[in-house]
Amino acid sequence: MLIGQRNTTNYKPLTTNYTTPYKPPTTNRKPKTTMGYVAVKGGTEAIANSIDLVEFYRIKDETPPIHIKQLQAQFRLAIDKIMGEGSFYAPEYGALALKQVEGDVFEAAFIMRAFRATLPRMYYSAVIDTRNMFVQRRISSSFRDIPGGQVLGPTYDYTQRIIDTRLADESYEQVQAFLEQFKARISETDRKAVTTFGKVIDMLRAQGLLKGVGNRDDESEEGRRLVDITREAIKFPAPRSARLQMLARAETGGIMALGYSSMRGYGGVHPTVGELRVGLVEVNVADPSGRSRYIGRIRVTEAEMITKAKTGKKSERSAGSVPYYAIGYGLCFGQNETKAICMGILDRAMRNGTKDAPANDQEFVLYHTDGIEAMGFTNHLKLPHYVTFQSGLNNVRRAVAKSKKKTEAKPTSPTSTPANGASGPSAGDAERMPTEVLTEL
Amino acid sequence: MIPTFKKFDTQFNFAFIDENTKREIRRKLLKAICIPGYQVPYSSPEMPIARGWGTGGLHVTLSVIGKDDRFKIIDQGSDASVNACNLRDFVHRVTHCRVTFDTHEATLIQTRHRIPEEQLNDGQILVFQVPQPEPLRAVERYETKTREMHGEADYARMWVSLYEAFVRYGDIMQGAGYPVMVNGRHIMSPSPIPRWDVPNLNQSDCLYLFGAGREKRLYAVPPHTDVVPLEFEDVKFRIEQFSGIRCSMSGTGGAFMDELYNDLGDFRHVINDSDFLDKLVERKTRPQQWSNKYLQEVLDEMNANTDPQP
Amino acid sequence: MTNLSDNWLLKVEGLTKIYGEPNENSVRLTGPLFGSNICPETDSIVACADINLELFPGEVLGVVGESGSGKSTVVRLLYFDLESTAGVAYFNQYGNGAINILNESSQKKRFIRNHLMGMVYQNPKDGLNFRFSSGGNIAEKLLMAGNFNVGRIRERATELLEQTEVPVRRLDDSPASFSGGMQQRVQISKAIANNPPLLFLDEVTTGLDVSVQAKVLDMIRTLQQELGIAMIVVSHDLSVIRMLTDRTIVMKNGRIVEQGLTDQILQDPQHPYTQLLVSSLL
Repeated sequence: MLIGQRNTTNYKPLTTNYTTPYKPPTTNRKPKTTMGYVAVKGGTEAIANSIDLVEFYRIKDETPPIHIKQLQAQFRLAIDKIMGEGSFYAPEYGALALKQVEGDVFEAAFIMRAFRATLPRMYYSAVIDTRNMFVQRRISSSFRDIPGGQVLGPTYDYTQRIIDTRLADESYEQVQAFLEQFKARISETDRKAVTTFGKVIDMLRAQGLLKGVGNRDDESEEGRRLVDITREAIKFPAPRSARLQMLARAETGGIMALGYSSMRGYGGVHPTVGELRVGLVEVNVADPSGRSRYIGRIRVTEAEMITKAKTGKKSERSAGSVPYYAIGYGLCFGQNETKAICMGILDRAMRNGTKDAPANDQEFVLYHTDGIEAMGFTNHLKLPHYVTFQSGLNNVRRAVAKSKKKTEAKPTSPTSTPANGASGPSAGDAERMPTEVLTEL
Repeated sequence: MIPTFKKFDTQFNFAFIDENTKREIRRKLLKAICIPGYQVPYSSPEMPIARGWGTGGLHVTLSVIGKDDRFKIIDQGSDASVNACNLRDFVHRVTHCRVTFDTHEATLIQTRHRIPEEQLNDGQILVFQVPQPEPLRAVERYETKTREMHGEADYARMWVSLYEAFVRYGDIMQGAGYPVMVNGRHIMSPSPIPRWDVPNLNQSDCLYLFGAGREKRLYAVPPHTDVVPLEFEDVKFRIEQFSGIRCSMSGTGGAFMDELYNDLGDFRHVINDSDFLDKLVERKTRPQQWSNKYLQEVLDEMNANTDPQP
Repeated sequence: MTNLSDNWLLKVEGLTKIYGEPNENSVRLTGPLFGSNICPETDSIVACADINLELFPGEVLGVVGESGSGKSTVVRLLYFDLESTAGVAYFNQYGNGAINILNESSQKKRFIRNHLMGMVYQNPKDGLNFRFSSGGNIAEKLLMAGNFNVGRIRERATELLEQTEVPVRRLDDSPASFSGGMQQRVQISKAIANNPPLLFLDEVTTGLDVSVQAKVLDMIRTLQQELGIAMIVVSHDLSVIRMLTDRTIVMKNGRIVEQGLTDQILQDPQHPYTQLLVSSLL
């Protein structure tokens, strides 16, 4: 994951301040808004009013404004999702976006993505090293015990999902009381020194049970290239680096649905969580002299999903037909375990080499799971389409009129030849549904 | 008490998009112009406008716009449609360019689903917002495949689908977005413009640029390029028929019409292109229209009906 | 029929198709002698190797062998459905027979397929698009050969369906709703739509009822006699080969083991494998 960083010294002077109050553009003539010859009257004015109205709805109940610090502190998981899908690691901006859109995570991620697109890319960070993660949570379902131990960490997994009515009137005093009590339980002396944990998959790899999987495309030079999907148009088959970047930005629900489909039977990925870790990793960039510079820490969730893989070439087999394991990899911003796990499943599924299940088909998966694209196009249906519709209507009316004329003239004439020389369809054909007619957009 | 975030006071580059990205888009546009009708992939950064709402058009507009441009934008032929207003405001905010409703005066026009009725000239650019750049998508869902089909000019299935429509309905049923053959080489989607507008792509004086943001493709029809709608020798491309129909506001015909319904369910026809209608009604002049054989037939028929026969 | 050696329509030399990652021994270590087409060293599959054949205008050549013998691979390579690993093929109707058609660009291969060849597959789904009508399927071939007149396309399609004994009123129906025999007839109509000099038939009657088989074979024979079209007929069934072909190639484990006039091969098979095939027929 790459981070858009602004370098203030290098940044070009800007000509436009987007935040200044908007003045409508002046034109040579006023748009005609009163005569009713467009689908929506007075576009500009209507938009302005609509924006005021939505602002009114946001604050009409006159509750104290939510400060973004509060959102950032108390809506951590929502902001993690927004940062992931917005592909922009900036918790305050995430909080701001969430506030701006009344909590709609899709809209907030969209705002983040759009803002991110305006930032010039100054650096590519060095590859983050999850082996040196400051682990906050780390589990493996493949082994009962793992080196360093299972660390449950913060998770809602074992909270009983009963609505907590106590929160309805949570007071600041209660918050304080809990925090004091909780902190008192942490004994400074019992605290272990901070350690990093070895990886579960390293154990499997050391035993020779883990092999890379991939199709021929993945093994080619193009397939191994590290691309930047924000700067380059992706063509299919896409290199794995592009696929993983696209999944990391994908909408959680979308990849969950496809990952789930693969596990349930539409596809062959039946994974085990090799290791799932959540924690902080360092981000470093190389300065102009080439020296590595630490620029901060980000929280990420990493999932390594273990799946069975078929044996490949004979030359790789040691003795007879040995099945081995392969890894599906998932990594996303913040704590978003559903996403990391499903990303791991899909990463593996897309390397199956067949398109016999939706999750195996990279065009299907990657074109349809970007939340910002899917949401935008779904909502574009609300735009007026009356010209397009009129064009189709014109055809349908003509075809209906023609078929009426024909049935009135000759009730049964399947071999009649119209004037243009081509024999037309027989009566009743118009009732059949088209199997392949070009779509209208 | 509440801290202010200085860093949130953000300013943007001229025309919003950063210069590197603009340069990339311009480079890709040049490639598109060199290979008329060929879809050039590009990075398509996110815009503050939703995907599917004209991001591709905006990428093109904002990459080619200069401070002296006079910008016009229409949606469904209208300057006053909400999305056109919204995008016009956006482009104006980030460029401070002059905006206009006058088709003739504009140097750069962005459009969704129409070509203006008034003829465009040398020096004018029309930018189309394209929802689905791939004309073959209806017959082949995989991008990998369609790129191959274009590469090899393998258009058999496209033609068969037109044949099949004829067999089922007695006509080619494609409404808006009628597929065209560009420069005798690539089949191209003209974006969902009505068939009425399609002949105006052929051998025009102006430059046509197409931006499909969500699908991340750019393409172009340079001036004076052959653009031919797909048709059979005996089943021809037809434009929408508005035979004998007059606009209820200007009393004239020979332009693409909207149907306007009232509360009683009756409808009347009104010319779709808002600037064209304004000029007819306010200035009492009929602007120079495109010359194509389809429109000429309509105009001839209209004039024949207007002139009283001796 | 004048089988002059320089009068060939199609000439194939050293045609080879190997799947997987072969090494230099893969061809040497497979074939009838080893009873296998899987390379013991690399696991690569030698579908066919060193296939040489000549086909003369208007001649019907049979390719017989059990499943896995590589006989379908040969026609699929020649129809460009598969890409060959090695070998050359010349077609005297294209580039004066001096161009290796296997090396041509996809675009040129498509031209050859659309103008000069026809293919009838065992499974009608491979040769027909069930989302299109029968007429549409035939139209595809005609359109690609540059016929853009719907009236004439429909005339020609009607004529072809009559020739192949498909009820003409089914012209605008999808072949999906047809019986197996009728699907094969539509496939044949499509394959011969442009009067190609060469037609490939890959197990066209396999899977059909015996009575239907006979009718389809009869129809193919009539067509062949009327049109004088050269054919390569692939079948595991010697009765099909006997009924249709002039000359026959016998394949086993990806190699040709015997070839000659069909009558000769049936009466006096030389290779033990052919003897086995023939004896099982009688």
